[in-house]
Amino acid sequence: MFRRCFNRWCGGDEKRVDSRTIYVGHRRCPGTNTYLPLKFCDNRIISSKYTVWNFLPKNLFEQFRRIANFYFLIIFLVQVIVDTPTSPVTSGLPLFFVITVTAIKQGYEDWLRHKADNEVNKYLVSVQEDGGAVRKESEEIKVGDVVEVTEDETFPCDLILLQSTRDDGTCFVTTASLDGESNHKTHFTVADTEKHLDSFYATIECEQPQPDLYKFVGRMHITKDGQEPIVRSLGPENLLLKGATLKNTKKIYGVAVYTGMETKMALNYQGKSQKRSAVEKSINAFLIVYLCILISKALVCTTLKYVWQSHPGHDEPWYNQKTQKEKDTFKFLKMFTDFLSFMVLFNFIIPVSMYVTVEMQKFLGSFFISWDKDFFDPEIQEGALVNTSDLNEELGQVEYVFTDKTGTLTQNNMEFIECCIDGYQYNYRDSRTELDGFCVTDGPVSKLQEKAGKEKEELFLRALCLCHTVQVKEGTELHGMDEVDGIGASDDAEQCCYIASSPDEVALVKGAKKYGFMFLGMEGKHMKMQNRNKDVEQYELLHVLNFDPVRRRMSVIVKTKSGETLLFCKGADSSVFPRVQAEEVERIRMHVERNAMEGYRTLCMAYKSLSSEEYEQTDAALQDARLALQDREERLAQVYDQVEAGMHLIGATAVEDRLQEEAAETMEALHGAGMKVWVLTGDKMETAKSTCYACRLFLKSTELLELTVRTLEEGDHPREEKLHELLLGYHKRAVQDRHKDKDKEAVTRSWSSGFREFGFIVDGATLSLVLNASPDASASRYKSLFLQICQNCTAVLCCRMAPLQKAQIVKMVKNSKGSPITLSIGDGANDVSMILEAHVGIGVKGKEGRQAVRNSDYAIPKLKHLKKLLLVHGHLYYVRIAHLVQYFFYKNLCFILPQFLYQFFCGFSQQPLYDAAYLTMYNICFTSMPIVAYSLLEQHICIESLLENASLYRGIAKNAMLRWGPFLYWTLLGLFEGLVFFFGVYQLFWNPALADNGQVFGNWTFGTIVFTVLVFTVTLKLAMDTRHWTWVNHFVIWGSLAFYIFFSFFWGGIIWPFMQQQRLYFVFANMLSSVSAWLIIILLIMVSLLPDIVIGVFRQPQGPDRQQFQKNPGQSGAGDPLSPQSPARPLLFRNFADESNTVL
Amino acid sequence: MGKENPKVGKPDNTAFTQQRLPAWQPILSAGIVLPLFVVIGLTFIGIGIGLFITSRNVQEIELDYTGDQEGAPCAGCTTNATTNCKCTLPFKIENKFEGPVFMYYGLTNYYQNYRKYGVSRDDDQLYGNIDSLKSPANFCSPYQMGAKQMPIAPCGAIANSLFNDTFRLFYKVNKVYTEVLLDDNGISWWTDYNVKFRNPPEINGSLKNAFEGTVKPLNWPKPVYELSTNPNNNGFINQDFLVWMRIAALPNFRKLYRRISEGNWSRSLPAGNYSLEITYNYPVLSFQGKKKVVFSTVTWMGGKNSFLGIAYLVFGSLCIVMALIMLIVYAKYQVQIDRDM
Repeated sequence: MFRRCFNRWCGGDEKRVDSRTIYVGHRRCPGTNTYLPLKFCDNRIISSKYTVWNFLPKNLFEQFRRIANFYFLIIFLVQVIVDTPTSPVTSGLPLFFVITVTAIKQGYEDWLRHKADNEVNKYLVSVQEDGGAVRKESEEIKVGDVVEVTEDETFPCDLILLQSTRDDGTCFVTTASLDGESNHKTHFTVADTEKHLDSFYATIECEQPQPDLYKFVGRMHITKDGQEPIVRSLGPENLLLKGATLKNTKKIYGVAVYTGMETKMALNYQGKSQKRSAVEKSINAFLIVYLCILISKALVCTTLKYVWQSHPGHDEPWYNQKTQKEKDTFKFLKMFTDFLSFMVLFNFIIPVSMYVTVEMQKFLGSFFISWDKDFFDPEIQEGALVNTSDLNEELGQVEYVFTDKTGTLTQNNMEFIECCIDGYQYNYRDSRTELDGFCVTDGPVSKLQEKAGKEKEELFLRALCLCHTVQVKEGTELHGMDEVDGIGASDDAEQCCYIASSPDEVALVKGAKKYGFMFLGMEGKHMKMQNRNKDVEQYELLHVLNFDPVRRRMSVIVKTKSGETLLFCKGADSSVFPRVQAEEVERIRMHVERNAMEGYRTLCMAYKSLSSEEYEQTDAALQDARLALQDREERLAQVYDQVEAGMHLIGATAVEDRLQEEAAETMEALHGAGMKVWVLTGDKMETAKSTCYACRLFLKSTELLELTVRTLEEGDHPREEKLHELLLGYHKRAVQDRHKDKDKEAVTRSWSSGFREFGFIVDGATLSLVLNASPDASASRYKSLFLQICQNCTAVLCCRMAPLQKAQIVKMVKNSKGSPITLSIGDGANDVSMILEAHVGIGVKGKEGRQAVRNSDYAIPKLKHLKKLLLVHGHLYYVRIAHLVQYFFYKNLCFILPQFLYQFFCGFSQQPLYDAAYLTMYNICFTSMPIVAYSLLEQHICIESLLENASLYRGIAKNAMLRWGPFLYWTLLGLFEGLVFFFGVYQLFWNPALADNGQVFGNWTFGTIVFTVLVFTVTLKLAMDTRHWTWVNHFVIWGSLAFYIFFSFFWGGIIWPFMQQQRLYFVFANMLSSVSAWLIIILLIMVSLLPDIVIGVFRQPQGPDRQQFQKNPGQSGAGDPLSPQSPARPLLFRNFADESNTVL
Repeated sequence: MGKENPKVGKPDNTAFTQQRLPAWQPILSAGIVLPLFVVIGLTFIGIGIGLFITSRNVQEIELDYTGDQEGAPCAGCTTNATTNCKCTLPFKIENKFEGPVFMYYGLTNYYQNYRKYGVSRDDDQLYGNIDSLKSPANFCSPYQMGAKQMPIAPCGAIANSLFNDTFRLFYKVNKVYTEVLLDDNGISWWTDYNVKFRNPPEINGSLKNAFEGTVKPLNWPKPVYELSTNPNNNGFINQDFLVWMRIAALPNFRKLYRRISEGNWSRSLPAGNYSLEITYNYPVLSFQGKKKVVFSTVTWMGGKNSFLGIAYLVFGSLCIVMALIMLIVYAKYQVQIDRDM
């Protein structure tokens, strides 16, 4: 507190002050004389990491922070400094290559980000300056600038609305790209702003930037020529957020308050942290193991060297005297350099090239995603987009999917499907063939060929036309008149006609229009409507009884021309049925339930005619309640309750919030693949819930556990207590009982069947209660209880989430036990934080801007593409890279092991077994290409099978191929082969006279034989693992063997100038002239491959399964209760109010 | 770049981009592996038998002449420091050696593959490069420069430690010793003799002049240009030198000393008593080494080596056994499947 005062006093560092002061248009009111040059950040959005200048040092620093790169750097330096058996080139060259390739790749990716940033930052906006509008690039906007925004433009920064072209000083805004709500929100200008902004003097005092989208506190001091400043309070209703879009308003002026990285949208981004895949973590773990092996090898050798040297005659035999320098060297220093030399000699066990290969595999592999034509969406003419290639394999490891609802699961596009009037079903879809556009379908429950009375029909349609809060978009009003001669008014015209806070209402009004009743808009207090006879009817709107989620209905009271007062009410069936006559309900209930089952959102319409006394009473009560200062809400609710009683049910409607194409199939596939799907949405619970039903995330059999504000407020307990109680209760149900069930049923049933499925619903407010509970012990307890419940539910729905809360959820799951791999998918800016938080972020190229796509790791045009992305690409990438990693470690282990063993036979003198050329080329040339080809092309199971059997995905869950088990297997295999190579040849060299002319072979022939066996074995091992032999594989596998032979001849065929040692001159050719060498090579290759073949064959019990998968896919999936083939698909019950299977 | 392709338009619909390249999808099933194992097993057993018999037919006699034991013929030479100490080692060949017979010398516990030793040579110098002759590579140190900082030719530890025992072989019939002629031709690799090792160009027709300005290696009694009287076997291309310069893989090794390929001896070495006259120079006792001489015949697979044949037999049998086990398991498994159906 003191500090704050102090800062105020001294006008100190702006950043520390709680509020910022902004001079509108940079004009200080004439009176004030103190001028503080305030610095705010500019309006640049920066998502890139590097600039041209800091790229090199920063990138190098980042790269050498990687333990592997740093290690190679050290090895390289050791080789330069110390006298080592191999030249520095052997490790310097690959390292240089790795660093360069990575730098180029990261530079390219950053360049793409720069480009995307520029798109936003260079966008032209008009800024009012000195009385005129100046076009400026968006990034030049400064705090205090007055910015002009026209319709359908997005706001370039956070603005306080000063002026709007609308008469009432409002403007409409859609924040679809921020929080996913696509409805139009009304924002207000500040009262008392001048018409002429040039002569408008005001200062704004507002809080420092903070990420909450719905909070804003500020004050505006308006100075009018010499008068005392007027103070107006500013709230979120005055603030236009960057990223939101202006709708239905021609033009607005606003003053920038937060810019660039300080805007609420930018603050809702999370810091870009480099995402690391689980595979990389495994690699690092393996690396440490190998590092330990390496160090222990070097230690063993160093120790044994000195032990060996202590024997007489070993240290300095007469034939091998030391130089003077060597003799003078201090013994411990010598031991240390010996240790380093051994490290250098064995350092190939940790493959430098693995990193290049992994990087290359990821980079090239990611092209297959962008190339995939199944991801191509003809609508937007785009395919998938890969923003980072580091996470390809992570797509195969996903355990939790967090999905946004609006625009991701649903198209956010409501459509009127059918209605039911007085028990008769009217299905619009069939009506296009009918002349009157109005027909009765012979649905299974409707009486055939009968219609409700005309009167009832018209009453229903009038109700549809009147009972709403829809606005008609100005300018299009008049066109409507002409268009409505048929039902087929063009969709485009309709689209922009109506605006409402709920898309359902628009759908209903449009629905009515199709049946001939068209709402024409408001004229003062009158609602105009055109009936089927093209007459305009006018109703005086007396009261709107607003919708609220507790009542789950809304009503209007209108007065007809004839003076009748009517109340129309629409609402969820559960809230309407008790308020109407029972016999009316019976006629309609069936329809409602059937519609609900089909996944539509149902609403019931009721009406009531009010006598003038009744109306007056109601009117008075409403006025009274509205003016009440205390308990206004409750009193209003009471009045509503009284009025909306004793109504007549006239019908029901069914509206479809259309799901994305194949949304349900996709969700089912994800479930089948063992993933848990969480829906995180900013939307209302009811809407979200019905979407979950429609996507088959919740099934009829799913037991819903609800933890929302509503459930918390039931009963008299304080929230905290109730929360505790509910959490414990749910925990018992979902976690403890389930485990009991599992124990019981484990004997008879497989894991996937027989359990009760649980669904969990939580809302934002409750969630923050759980996460930010009072900071005592209970907080963490709540959190763990909550997590456990969630983890035991097949689907979790989180509604009313703020963007950062979404990220919090993701983070919570991410950091939970077993650190599962999470995936977030979303399409709007409100999903950005969760996309960034999750291990893998997927952007849907939706309607809500490009924010999500830009910040995602992968972007796909539609939700349905997620299935192939995960089940096929993810699976294949994972298998490929896992095999790649294991194979790399394996091949380097059996590469270096003989070299290690050789030390025992050369007096621990660091004598390399292989020639330097072989040492360098082994990983770069001889054995690299086949594994690269494998890791790009392998399909161990064909694509179709992967798509059809989602459960195959479970086979690789939890990093199955990179766990310690497989790693041990590969390591043992490598050890075995290394031993075979060395001792096989060693045995042969008991008598080195291997040629038929009696000549003997020396140490380089020894090494070359081992190396030849090694190259062949390692390549053939890969060939055996390859299940998908394309011509590329053939070419590369046989090609690299041929290359090895060719290279060996070439390398040994020339006396190389500038080389001090001609060690391999004709060694290879001489080796091949010996039959024994041939025979030992063949033998050792066979011996090395034998265990792998045998194990492969004895694993056959899995083999036939796999074959079955390939032959008749789908069969094995049939047992899966979630699979689309299951014949008895549970009936779906869902609508606004459905609570039949909600557990409370 | 490919990443921008989508913006341009529809991705290419080629087999490669769609990951639908035609592919051969082999599965290692028991049905394939089983006969494969049988075939491999039988082949290997066949080869193994061949190898085993071949190796058994190789005749070999190994004579240790280190003289580290009391009463050994060369025991006298081990103690005194005189050069060219002569000793004679009598031995008997029981069965006739079918020619050609090869004579090897063997050393044990001798680390030719010691790194510092192995690099201590200058291949440029040995290639006849005059610059290197005059200034040998640093690798050769401490055998780089001799007295008065004169360059050593050939430099390095390997050359310096050239094996310098010499042997003469006598066949003893009726107390008459007939010398068995030993051929020092063709004991080194053809490429070493003809390409890799070259003498520096002769000056005035004399090899000695070519080596002017260099000194002999420390341990050598004679300079390099006096290794042999045969000009084709002198200097850097002396075949004994070449053999020595090809360093051995293991600390116990053999090197080819001579071929017995002259006259009647080339056909066979008859059974009977022989006597080996050794000029004993090379010290090995300081490092507990042993010196051996080996007479051996050679077949298409080289010298005697029973390991290869046995390994083939073992592996071949292993394959057959595996095939049998697999057959049993497979049969059982098949029955089970049938039952399950």
